[in-house]
Amino acid sequence: MARAKSAAKAGDQSADTAKSLGKDALLGFYRNMLLIRRFEERAGQLYGMGLIGGFCHLYIGQEAIAVGVQSIQEEGDQVITAYRDHGHMLACGMDPNEVMAELTGRAGGSSKGKGGSMHMFSREAEFYGGHGIVGASAPLGTGLALANRYRDNGKVTFTYFGDGAANQGQVYESFNMAALWKLPVVYVIENNQYAMGTSLERSSSETHMYKRGASFRIPGEEVDGMDVLAVRDAAKRAAAHARSGEGPFILEMKTYRYRGHSMSDPAKYRTREEVDEVRKTRDPIEHLRELLEKEGLADEAALKAIDADVKKIVAEAAEFARTSPEPEPAELYTEVYVEAAQ
Amino acid sequence: MTDILMPALSPTMEEGTLAKWHVKVGDTVSAGDVIAEIETDKATMEVEAVDEGVVEELLVEAGAEGVKVNAPIARLAGGAAPAKAEPEPKASDTKETEASGDPEKTPPADAQAEQPEGEGPAAVQPAEALADPEIPADAKLVKTTVRDALRDAMAEEMRRDENVFLMGEEVAQYQGAYKVSRGLLEEFGERRVIDTPITEYGFAGLGVGAAMAGLKPIVEFMTWNFAMQAIDHIVNSAAKTHYMSGGQITTPMVFRGPNGAASRVAAQHSQDYAAWYAHIPGLKVIAPYDAADAKGLLKAAIRDPNPVVFLEHEMLYGQEFDVPEVDDYVLPIGKAKVRRTGADVTITAYSRMVGLALKAAEELAGEGIEAEVVDLRTLRPLDHETVVESVRKTHRLVTVEEGWGPMGIGAEIIARVIEHAFDYLDAPPARVCQEDVPLPYAANLEALSLPSVDKIVKAAKAVSYKS
Repeated sequence: MARAKSAAKAGDQSADTAKSLGKDALLGFYRNMLLIRRFEERAGQLYGMGLIGGFCHLYIGQEAIAVGVQSIQEEGDQVITAYRDHGHMLACGMDPNEVMAELTGRAGGSSKGKGGSMHMFSREAEFYGGHGIVGASAPLGTGLALANRYRDNGKVTFTYFGDGAANQGQVYESFNMAALWKLPVVYVIENNQYAMGTSLERSSSETHMYKRGASFRIPGEEVDGMDVLAVRDAAKRAAAHARSGEGPFILEMKTYRYRGHSMSDPAKYRTREEVDEVRKTRDPIEHLRELLEKEGLADEAALKAIDADVKKIVAEAAEFARTSPEPEPAELYTEVYVEAAQ
Repeated sequence: MTDILMPALSPTMEEGTLAKWHVKVGDTVSAGDVIAEIETDKATMEVEAVDEGVVEELLVEAGAEGVKVNAPIARLAGGAAPAKAEPEPKASDTKETEASGDPEKTPPADAQAEQPEGEGPAAVQPAEALADPEIPADAKLVKTTVRDALRDAMAEEMRRDENVFLMGEEVAQYQGAYKVSRGLLEEFGERRVIDTPITEYGFAGLGVGAAMAGLKPIVEFMTWNFAMQAIDHIVNSAAKTHYMSGGQITTPMVFRGPNGAASRVAAQHSQDYAAWYAHIPGLKVIAPYDAADAKGLLKAAIRDPNPVVFLEHEMLYGQEFDVPEVDDYVLPIGKAKVRRTGADVTITAYSRMVGLALKAAEELAGEGIEAEVVDLRTLRPLDHETVVESVRKTHRLVTVEEGWGPMGIGAEIIARVIEHAFDYLDAPPARVCQEDVPLPYAANLEALSLPSVDKIVKAAKAVSYKS
């Protein structure tokens, strides 16, 4: 059932895909990953300035996953994840202004400032959160898939969680039902090697996350989560499997987060050399930039133009998030209940 | 030119040590480069550049202690940085952010003024607007068990709305562990009547996910005791998502099953969860007594666009009551019912305790005390107006619940009566509830532990200063 792919093979395949995808698609991936990175860097800065409160979990290093998976989603497919969610929201096409203003707890935020960093949603983008309880996205996403099966609408739910959440019991309760009822769900395990401060080896008896569905007969695949094209290829296969009625599929995305677990985590459980090594050799954005240049698909000027555009969007988002007013006091009491009877 | 400011490691940090610079004047930095390390007594963190440019000046020396958050620590020049410098947050901005995060801070006065008594405005329509439907005089009353009334409610709503479905352990082929879902599989098929594995946390979460997608799941727990494994999804996922999403996502669903003590099943299978769930904003909580209420309120719960906790009682399932034979019998959520009128003492109860309260009232009548029995029916939103109105008449109050007393439903009712009718009370209110122990197995101890007709009679006499 479970199968691992060699890195070399994945690399070759990426090159093929790059040519077939064409310039515009690849530049789009580059732009979206860069947008997430610059957005998150700015979020970190706003946090440092006291404009963002509470917990703030940055997606820096993991950009290729949300962008690669999103690139093969069909209209109406749903996405749900845990609290490291800003990147997924941007990948879904949500307005960076709204996302940043939610981080600063302002009226212009996607949840009007009532959800915060860990609890963001977009009905329009079929993005169902943004969940603060580790592991909760697994059954909730499986439930979204249950609704797809109930309606027989051909949609797939992309259910993200991390290597830490993969040790929660509810994940396996979900695997069991998803496989039992052949629900159209792709579980995307973002394995960034650390469950907060505890490394994979210290927390997991089976460190190959793609094998975690074996006893439920759920196929799994290990993917280089730092390569947007490898992510895209794997997601395509997994989605086709789920959409065809074959049931769930597990994608283990091998990735790495450059920052601490949250802003207040100094990340003393790993060395700077380890982080630097990944940044230098596996960075998803650099990887794609090199590919674009090697294949002659983009010159320095084109990439610079994207950099400038992204920079502008992020600066505007930060400005909007700073100037959007705080929610009205009366907003305290709204939306506790749905008021209109149906 | 851009100033780089001293960042905070956490919202409570006010100053820290600039431990080390990783750049020097003249270095070119780009976004994401580590430029410095800062330290507090708790942690060390790297500071990364957000803009690109050339380091023009380091304003704070490495090792400097007590550097205030937001103080400029370095200056970047030129590069591709936008002409406009990142404006410093105004001191007032930061202050506001901190103040609003202060849990001690009470809500602004105008917001408080908008809060009606009891629940917030969203919680309830005014109770006087709620009334049970008129039953035509010629409507036939059909003897129905609570079990069948619940089944009829589900069947009628499933016929009415394609989005309604039932899931839980043994609900389909087995016809329900307590036979509440008898016949539903046959009528609606396995797509809409779903047997789940024994996996409460999981299937409660699946139900919430399906509700987020717009379906209307009825999630049955074989008993509410097992739902403690699922309480995270009931509270964190179902009750809070509408609020957290700024109104974008709803979770229209019903969690239902038998609640409270059955008979001789001991501590882990005998618990009243009314107070637990009635504590949670975002949930509605219903605990009906007779078959008509079970039917009318379950239909209302299934139609309600909010998550509803529906607490049934195993000891009532087999009891028969009159149910009016009318099309679409739907009762209002949030409205108590005066089951018996009386001028001397008010007794509040819900679920199975209503039956005990009515029996106690009969006994009391024999001794010249006329009790008014208020069946709460809904515990959130709680219709305290009906209770307060009764107490204004009787001046005495006994609350009855199957759960433990401390922080319980009775405690809440007494608080509200004191808030709204303090001057009307002629005696301190009394609580009848389960003794403050895990429910014992031995028959005699179990009986001693639970509320009884006798305990209610004694309490009513005590608040009436009669023995």
